[in-house]
Amino acid sequence: MIFTKHMTGLLSFLLVVCFAGSALVEHKVDQLRPAATLEEVLYMTSSKVVKRMSVGFEALVADIYWTRAVQYFGSKHLENSRQYKLLYPLLQMATDLDPHLTPAYESGSMFLTQPPPSGAGEPLEAVALLKKGIEKNPGAWKLYQVLGFVYYMELKDYLSAGKAFEEGSKIPGAHPFLKAMAAKTLQKGGDYEVARMLWQVIYETSNDSIIREGALKHLLAMQVDLDVSQLERLVQIYASRTGHLPSSFAELGISTIPRDPLGYPYVLLPDGHVQVKFYRKLPFIKKDLPPGEQPSDMDLSTMDK
Amino acid sequence: MTRRIAYIASNTFREAVRDRVLYNLILFVLLLVGSAVLFGQISMEIERIVVINISLTSISIFGVVIAIFIGIQLVSKEIDKKTLYTVLARPVRRWEFIVGKFFGLVETLAVNTLFMALGFYAALFYVSNGLHKSDLNILLAIYFIVLQFVIITSLALLFSSFSTPIFSAIFAFALFVIGTFADDLKNFATLAQGATHWLITGVAYLLPNFGSLNVIGAVAHDQPVSLALFVHNSLYAVLYSCAAVCGAALIFERRNLK
Repeated sequence: MIFTKHMTGLLSFLLVVCFAGSALVEHKVDQLRPAATLEEVLYMTSSKVVKRMSVGFEALVADIYWTRAVQYFGSKHLENSRQYKLLYPLLQMATDLDPHLTPAYESGSMFLTQPPPSGAGEPLEAVALLKKGIEKNPGAWKLYQVLGFVYYMELKDYLSAGKAFEEGSKIPGAHPFLKAMAAKTLQKGGDYEVARMLWQVIYETSNDSIIREGALKHLLAMQVDLDVSQLERLVQIYASRTGHLPSSFAELGISTIPRDPLGYPYVLLPDGHVQVKFYRKLPFIKKDLPPGEQPSDMDLSTMDK
Repeated sequence: MTRRIAYIASNTFREAVRDRVLYNLILFVLLLVGSAVLFGQISMEIERIVVINISLTSISIFGVVIAIFIGIQLVSKEIDKKTLYTVLARPVRRWEFIVGKFFGLVETLAVNTLFMALGFYAALFYVSNGLHKSDLNILLAIYFIVLQFVIITSLALLFSSFSTPIFSAIFAFALFVIGTFADDLKNFATLAQGATHWLITGVAYLLPNFGSLNVIGAVAHDQPVSLALFVHNSLYAVLYSCAAVCGAALIFERRNLK
């Protein structure tokens, strides 16, 4: 009996020690091996094969692929990656398996279209995905809205953008702003106000936190660009009136130092330009970036390809 | 003590051989010859890779199936046939019985793998018109597969010590599948936050990690396997299976056999 008790104690001790040891060794093994496979490997590339393998449960498998696409995008987004190699194949797989998975078209195309590091910077793939979505779901007006957005913001194809908004506005139940957007886009292609409205609509209508966060950053950056333009215009008027540049905002007759949307004061440079204090916190600003810096939604999209 | 364990182990091995477990070798050889001939005709320059991939995958699958289906019967069969009472009536302790059974099945799987490895190298010799120094690297992959068998045997034994054979098989097979994707589980853990992160991380370390024991793809492309991985994987398999066998022994010690 005593022996059995000792044995039980010994076996319990061994169990705990061995298990703890195995966890420690496993941790070491993880460090020895290259990065795990989830990131850059798509085990199955053929949706037909996956469909057959899912034995009738393709809708569930589509959900899993869509979730994986979101996780993939989220993890890449967090590490400010400029490479989103698997995003399009994952979205294709999800939408092939379940052609009516509209969130995959809506949010997926936003992930695809935004320039790196906010997205994959692949607006043409986004257009292809949206067109596929529209073909499979002709009643989904939101897909037209996103399609118009991609055409307008990334491809600068204002005619196609206007047509997409117009088509979408004809769908029963479509939001009334689509009609307004169609008219404005066709009339004022490239206009600042239209672009701001588009981002505002994306911010207000998207259910995805990452997309909303991106839209907000764009809206803030546009506000900064507007502020900087107005302040620099005041500087120019002052310079032409007095013959020299102002050394502070006070000289311009502005009693309190103007602040950017994040609350930091704008900086007046000796050469008359105006800059934000922390330009990296406002990734999409275009006006008066420090020398060598590029607007993240312009030139980064062509890098690392 | 060692003698008693060795005796039970050798009996387990003999019983497995008598149960025609090694007949799977015939199927393995047919598969190898068939694939070597077939891919030689329908493919280009991947015959060697295909032979390596098919062989190592087959070794792994055959071994896992044998480990699970024999492992789950190790205890229940002895109880059903009432031979367990004869064994335990002798000066054999329950934990010795469990440990002996474990080593017996590992021995069976090791011998099975040895024969399959010989068949595989013969096929590789035929396909590649000889063997190269880099082919030795494949032995490491086979060794890692054996380590997988060691872990899965210990798990099958653990489940069979308290559950019915069918449920033991389901549990063991499910753990094998989940363990194969252990890396993904850890990736999901890194994406989660707060309590969920720690919960998934805990589960990932609790479950066996078969992912790190699979280097089939690497050796098929002549990529080296580090010595550190060899050492750590060996240590991991020993510790994990030891924990599982201890668990099995603990449960079996307390099991009411009346």
